[in-house]
Amino acid sequence: MSEMLHAKKVAKGFTLHTQGSVTIPVFEGVEFRLNAGECIALTGESGSGKSTFMRMLYANYTCSSGSISVLHDGDWLDITTASPHAILDMRKRTMGYVSQFLRVIPRVPTLEIVAEPLIALGTARETAMEKARDLLTRLRIPERLWQLSPLTFSGGEQQRVNIARGFIADYPIMLLDEPTASLDTQNRATVLALIEEAKARGAAIAGIFHDHETRDAVCTGSFDVTSFKVGAND
Amino acid sequence: MTRSNEPLLRVSDLTMMYGDRVGCRNVSFELRPGEVLGIVGESGSGKSTLLRSISAQQEPTKGTVEYHTRIDGIRDVYQMSEAQRRLLMRTDWAFVHQNARDGLRMNVSAGANIGERLMAVGDRHYGNIRNAAENWLGKVEIATERLDDLPSTFSGGMQQRLQIARNLVTSPRLVFMDEPTGGLDVSVQARLLDLLRGLVHDLNLAVIIVTHDLAVARLLSHRLMVMQRGEVIESGLTDQVLDDPQHAYTQLLVSSILQN
Repeated sequence: MSEMLHAKKVAKGFTLHTQGSVTIPVFEGVEFRLNAGECIALTGESGSGKSTFMRMLYANYTCSSGSISVLHDGDWLDITTASPHAILDMRKRTMGYVSQFLRVIPRVPTLEIVAEPLIALGTARETAMEKARDLLTRLRIPERLWQLSPLTFSGGEQQRVNIARGFIADYPIMLLDEPTASLDTQNRATVLALIEEAKARGAAIAGIFHDHETRDAVCTGSFDVTSFKVGAND
Repeated sequence: MTRSNEPLLRVSDLTMMYGDRVGCRNVSFELRPGEVLGIVGESGSGKSTLLRSISAQQEPTKGTVEYHTRIDGIRDVYQMSEAQRRLLMRTDWAFVHQNARDGLRMNVSAGANIGERLMAVGDRHYGNIRNAAENWLGKVEIATERLDDLPSTFSGGMQQRLQIARNLVTSPRLVFMDEPTGGLDVSVQARLLDLLRGLVHDLNLAVIIVTHDLAVARLLSHRLMVMQRGEVIESGLTDQVLDDPQHAYTQLLVSSILQN
């Protein structure tokens, strides 16, 4: 299997300057690998740092030390030292991220928001719109909502808009932060199908899944972040 | 679209002193075509001073501002002749002021406000100018029947959009914005943000935007510089700076935002 991402000797801590400069160590010595076509579940109890680790993989959080290398354009890019330009390019073309939050400019229609990542990749506008319509249909967002801003939607609907936006481009690497939380059975099945399709085309996926059923259904392996918590092996 | 890695603007060790008082100090950065740089920090942190020094409005005490001109390649903007610098400022550069009244001529029509910049670069054909003005009113979502109205009859949001049209009509490559959404209603802000983001993308504009609004900075800018007491204390990828701030002041700034 071809390796798409690896983390080596990664450490992370937070220093809270506004709260007496208290330092909170989170991880040390993290070794992680992600291959094409696999879906790895990040596991660990609530508060153990699963989302923190995922944000580090997306370069949303910095690392205190160590390296995280991503296969981008056929070359290894260490995102802990890469320039902002390089990271933005990596996110645009190599790594998709479905977060739990929808951060968009108010007023922009849902259809545009979903199609945007594909248009940014240079796909013709109409082709991108067509794919956005397909995804929104599959995720059961009623057509009458497509021209509205998703900021007015329910939590579950916003979640599905996020998923549609995350899955519209065929990213080689995908990070999924609780993609099925707050979804009903039918929609969860759709998301599972989308993940299977991504795996089948060779995407390397890391995900956080709150329920065992989802995890068991799509994951090929798991990675317990608690084993790298600071003090875990004392 | 070809992506150029060549910087459009290079600011090196820029320092602006007002006597003993620091306006801004030792600021260095590069900006590429299509890139949006946000400058955040509280009032008095030197954001606007820095913007004025970069945009050739106020010669810095020390340091250089180099710009990749269309014709002569990389030039130090403070080494150019006054005429060259003025031409640059009204063609390839644009400046969007916080207060639209500072960037508009209030006693001439909306159409004339847009046309004036075209005439300044030598366009003399009345029909072309009027067409361009109509076209730009449409792009900034102002009804074309308002073409002959005075900007003073416009709402604040419309004035701001007119200022943007006036600035962008000459197809600049670099746009400076000083608190472009400041003082506007939240709903008007959203519309302006949407418009700005679309224009930045479609026209591949490089933008330096000064704002104290971190939500605006997050939605518009690729990179952020955080200023305090005239110095850049933290810079990097926008979401990294806002979500995992390292400097004490940035942490204070981020933690002071009201959540909704």
